[in-house]
Amino acid sequence: MTFINYASREINCKIVYYGPGLCGKTTNLQYIYDSTAPQAKGKLISLATETDRTLFFDFMPLELGTVRGFKTRFHLYTVPGQVYYDASRKLILKGVDGVVFVADSQEERMDANIESLYNLEENLSTQGYDLNQIPYVLQLNKRDLPNVSPLDELSHELARKGEPVFEAVAVNGTGVFDTLKAVAKQVLTELRKG
Amino acid sequence: MADTPFILQEHQFHRLKTVLERLRVECAARVVFLIDRDGQPIALHGEIGDMDTTSFASLAAGNVAATSSMAKLIGEDTFPSVFHEGERESIFISIIGRALLVVVFDERSTLSLVKIRTKRGSFEVAGILDEATEDSANFRINQNSFFSEITDEDIDSLFS
Repeated sequence: MTFINYASREINCKIVYYGPGLCGKTTNLQYIYDSTAPQAKGKLISLATETDRTLFFDFMPLELGTVRGFKTRFHLYTVPGQVYYDASRKLILKGVDGVVFVADSQEERMDANIESLYNLEENLSTQGYDLNQIPYVLQLNKRDLPNVSPLDELSHELARKGEPVFEAVAVNGTGVFDTLKAVAKQVLTELRKG
Repeated sequence: MADTPFILQEHQFHRLKTVLERLRVECAARVVFLIDRDGQPIALHGEIGDMDTTSFASLAAGNVAATSSMAKLIGEDTFPSVFHEGERESIFISIIGRALLVVVFDERSTLSLVKIRTKRGSFEVAGILDEATEDSANFRINQNSFFSEITDEDIDSLFS
């Protein structure tokens, strides 16, 4: 839920990166964190297992700048991708303003992408949201790998509503900021609509 | 679509700050936070030193969300408060509707004192937040806010 504080002149929004295990959600956040000026970001918090898999969530606050005298702050979260962490995923979607679905482009991960996307729709629904109504971007990650599915096949299987779709290689930053900008813009546009 | 934005007006923020200021003294606490259940910091009062308050708010909300879900798994509706006891510093969190009142205290105070004082203060906090929630809905309906004046150029300028 967008939180607007007139005393501190701040707009705070929550964006969640969703997707199957090992698709690159944390890598997206890590790249944003590494590429952002220190004054524009807070700490990157990672609640991870000993093997660096996200256990609960990753979190980083990011300040994008000022709109009409209000600072715009985006709180970026990732969910744990592994199927058995579903209870945690539901919690993190509470109060969400925008969602990025990070798909793993490798052929053998198509089923995992589809399962995760259904899970997103279901979990949004249990929180009272509709994927068709919420700011949403699809990122097709790992485009640098040799065994990736063709773009049109991925889009056909995963695109839901004419959402912006970006090819990405999160590990080197390709497509990472385009994705973030697209979802942030949708969130602010939604706010303007009232 | 996403939820209605929660808009906190300046006078409401200052009233919340006043309550937190008084609670901090009454609880003999180091710092008192008010945090949205989604993890957004609303207001705070006290000694924060170099504490990362944004991360603190996010983690406190995650903590309460997890313990509330655990409560449901054992047949409880929720845990209205959560307490973490440290060697020097302790944290007491109470749930007030859409928000969390978080008190960080040390050996200068006690859990029982913090519990009693926060219970009294929570009614005032709840009243102000309810008023802000109602105002937020009206604000949205009236469409008289500056948000409707935000242009595409304003949004694009954030990313230039």
